[in-house]
Amino acid sequence: MSGHAEAVSKDKLWGGGSSPFSISYGKMMMWYFLVSDALTFGGLLTAYGVIRHASSDPWPVGEQVFESLPLITGSFPLIYVALMTFILIISSVTMVLAVEAGHRMDKKGVIKWMGYTVLGGLFFLTSQAWEWSHFIHGSGGGFQISAPMSVTGADESGANMTVELNGGAWVHMTSELGHAYEHALEHGDHIEVKGGNLIITPAHHEAAHGEHAHAEHGHDAHAEAGPTTLPLEIILNKYVLEHKDGKDIRKIKVTGAEAEKVMNGMASNTLVFGANLHKNEYAVQQQYANFFFFITGFHGFHVMQGVVINIVIFLMALRGVFERRGHYEMVEKVGLFWHFVDLVWVFVFTFFYLV
Amino acid sequence: MSTEHTHDHGHGNGHDHGHHHHEESWVSKYVFSQDHKMISKQFLITAIFMGVIAVMLSIFFRLQLGWPGEKFGMLNFFLGDKWAPDGLLEKNAYLAMVTIHGTIMVFFVLTGGLSGTFANLLIPLQVGARDMASGFLNMLSYWAFALSSVIMVASLFVEGGAASGGWTIYPPLSALPQAMPGSGTGMTLWLISMVFFIASSLLGGLNYIVTIINLRTKGMSMTRLPLTVWALLVTAILGVLSFPVLVSCAVLLLMDRSFGTAFYLSDIFIQGEALDVTGGSPILFQHLFWFLGHPEVYIVLLPALGISSEIIATNARKPIFGYKAMVGSILAIGFLSFIVWGHHMYVTGMNPFLGSVFVFTTLLIAIPSAVKAFNYITTLYQGNIRFTPGMLFSIGLVSTFVTGGLTGIILADSALDVNVHDTYFVVAHFHIVMGMSAIFGMLGGVYHWFPKMFGKMMNTKLGYAHFWITLVCGYGVFFPMHFVGLAGAPRRYYDYSEFEFLQWVMDLNPIISVFAIVGGAAQLLFIFNFFHSIYYGQPATQNPWGSNTLEWTTPVKHIHGNWPGAIPEVHRWAYDYSNPEHDDDFVPQVVPLKPGEHGH
Repeated sequence: MSGHAEAVSKDKLWGGGSSPFSISYGKMMMWYFLVSDALTFGGLLTAYGVIRHASSDPWPVGEQVFESLPLITGSFPLIYVALMTFILIISSVTMVLAVEAGHRMDKKGVIKWMGYTVLGGLFFLTSQAWEWSHFIHGSGGGFQISAPMSVTGADESGANMTVELNGGAWVHMTSELGHAYEHALEHGDHIEVKGGNLIITPAHHEAAHGEHAHAEHGHDAHAEAGPTTLPLEIILNKYVLEHKDGKDIRKIKVTGAEAEKVMNGMASNTLVFGANLHKNEYAVQQQYANFFFFITGFHGFHVMQGVVINIVIFLMALRGVFERRGHYEMVEKVGLFWHFVDLVWVFVFTFFYLV
Repeated sequence: MSTEHTHDHGHGNGHDHGHHHHEESWVSKYVFSQDHKMISKQFLITAIFMGVIAVMLSIFFRLQLGWPGEKFGMLNFFLGDKWAPDGLLEKNAYLAMVTIHGTIMVFFVLTGGLSGTFANLLIPLQVGARDMASGFLNMLSYWAFALSSVIMVASLFVEGGAASGGWTIYPPLSALPQAMPGSGTGMTLWLISMVFFIASSLLGGLNYIVTIINLRTKGMSMTRLPLTVWALLVTAILGVLSFPVLVSCAVLLLMDRSFGTAFYLSDIFIQGEALDVTGGSPILFQHLFWFLGHPEVYIVLLPALGISSEIIATNARKPIFGYKAMVGSILAIGFLSFIVWGHHMYVTGMNPFLGSVFVFTTLLIAIPSAVKAFNYITTLYQGNIRFTPGMLFSIGLVSTFVTGGLTGIILADSALDVNVHDTYFVVAHFHIVMGMSAIFGMLGGVYHWFPKMFGKMMNTKLGYAHFWITLVCGYGVFFPMHFVGLAGAPRRYYDYSEFEFLQWVMDLNPIISVFAIVGGAAQLLFIFNFFHSIYYGQPATQNPWGSNTLEWTTPVKHIHGNWPGAIPEVHRWAYDYSNPEHDDDFVPQVVPLKPGEHGH
């Protein structure tokens, strides 16, 4: 923070001997509060680290879990969260500019830059809402296999690779296949695995009084009311990365007869689509989703508080409250909070997305 | 009182506020007061109320422990047919009593009560400020405390009873609502109460720190601060740094309880049925909890040590011995308290190597603690001692601090601790070193500063009786517990009479219970003395103890803003007692240095 300008005259702050820090009590309180809040996040992130470290199963890799963009299909690892982070950091820059304008008693400047800061915060919150909904919805679902098997598929370069799966190993469907499967389950359709394909036959009662359901779900397969055939595609290590014999094993694509073998080996009641607090498709541990929801949620709650306070300050500046007061120190104090929230995100981002 | 007005109080010493006395409404003076002196009284009276409840709970469960299976009409009278059918304390009620006794004593009496009362009273008065930095936050701090007290007491009355997993609320008992009756609504209310308590502690702590740093009067350098203020400053810093970790600990627990996460749960079977939870760690909870929990011990103890430093120097009519060493040891204890939490967990499956590190750091605390104990004794040595009730309680504190501290050295050593972990030995240790010491500091402080709080003197004879009965009963309760613990009796059991190997120490239990009941009843002397003196006590003089600190320069009758004129300037430290260069045996901090006098 730039603490240079004489926003509040010294004699107002200090009637005693020698003031150790030459700042107002309010600003000092904010600093101590931030230290305190930092320890709350410290506690949470430490808890996350402990549980993750103690986990015997591989932990999901951020760039394999978060690779979607809104409205566009395809694989864009961490692109969206990078954008969110960038905007949030830019909103810190605009906050600095608002504080700086306050030092110059530039009311218009404060209003302008506070406005941009609020927009940045709102963008971040909306993005987080989208990311949560995507995380909850999932990308295709996964299941465990009941018995050990050896499966051959293609790695990312297209070369064949054979992987030995243990009983209980976690495998995933591609998002197209998984979503079709999920819909079929929801409608009670008949699902058959045959000839390297997934064949979905709409249930009879669907056809009889299905107009309502069609309108609601708008699924092509139902509109035609005939069986749909989808090629089976299974991904091994979709979300995790394993090192074996000097090779990285991830995203092994399994098709045809091999995929059929995997599908038929599905252990009962293990199929999971998306994530909730009890189970999730990304990891064997429920802790992965538990911590993701809790820590990003706790941080998001801080961002929401920050945005609300920023809006209040924006309105106060607009109504000339600080101009009458003679200083814009309030902007500086909420600025401290806002920078803190951004800084915490850098840690959350690092621990949940990067490492 | 307008907001604008309060705002000025927070900021400045430059204006003269004493001259405009506003007629305040009853509500803004006694209920939603922003005056630190009134808030201090509110904290104290709430704490006394909570203390009475906690003592009563302890008498209830001591009846069961002293005479297991006996029926007491009194229990049925207080607890009703559900918790004490025919006067026999019900098992789950016993556990709830133990839990809530601990919770109230640790958090509500010795944290909120002790810090809340004396930080509010003494910080502005002793550093020379008109009020706390923010009177409004200070008011919120009290009301959050009051609300959390009400919720905690209310939890005793819900279906299933209050939380019963011990004051440390270890999961899974606290995490699974179906684990035991008290794990249901009672546990939820416990957590909600703690949310408000932590908010109160945070608001209070921020205010205390900032007031001490920013609002000291002219000449009040850090090296002239009375030791009370130093102790309260470090206490507030410990609170601001450690309670947030309890927040993260508790919110994760709340998620486990109410939203189906499993941060602290793994492989749980209830009546042979496996729960669908894996991967969590109950030891994680303990780490997070004790990261707060150990500094909490010093949050409780340090204000009491600060208070006793002040009272002992004043009433021994001698400068405190080793002022800088006292400040240094407060800081050292504060720092070390953050790196010793593992000594609560030697038997929980923590890595033994880590345990040995915690042994080392824990034993280090003995050094600053010993510095303090010896400095008290050397201050008393050859002093012109006045045995006021406050002084007696402070000397009592030195006694319990030493006796309880010695068993602390045993418990710090993991090789010894594993033998007596979670036995009555531990109960004896922490009740003497933390419970008795802190309560003695608190009671001593009340006797000493009562004239400042209420403008009246407390009755000295009742004070003496109160002290001696409390001291004898305190040791009578907790000293025998060492032997019960060494014999192997675990804490928190409902009935020890069924264990063959404990028979030979069970004779001690009725004796302990008698001491507990007498000691508890003796507190009625204090309560009578306290409330009676508020109305009928002898009027206090300006400086009844001949003390040097600034609070005794304020008028006996409280005014808003503390000093009628300008805030006095400070010229010397707080411990100029029996200074040969002066005629009086005390030299208040506001007295300027004589020409040629060497100041401190």
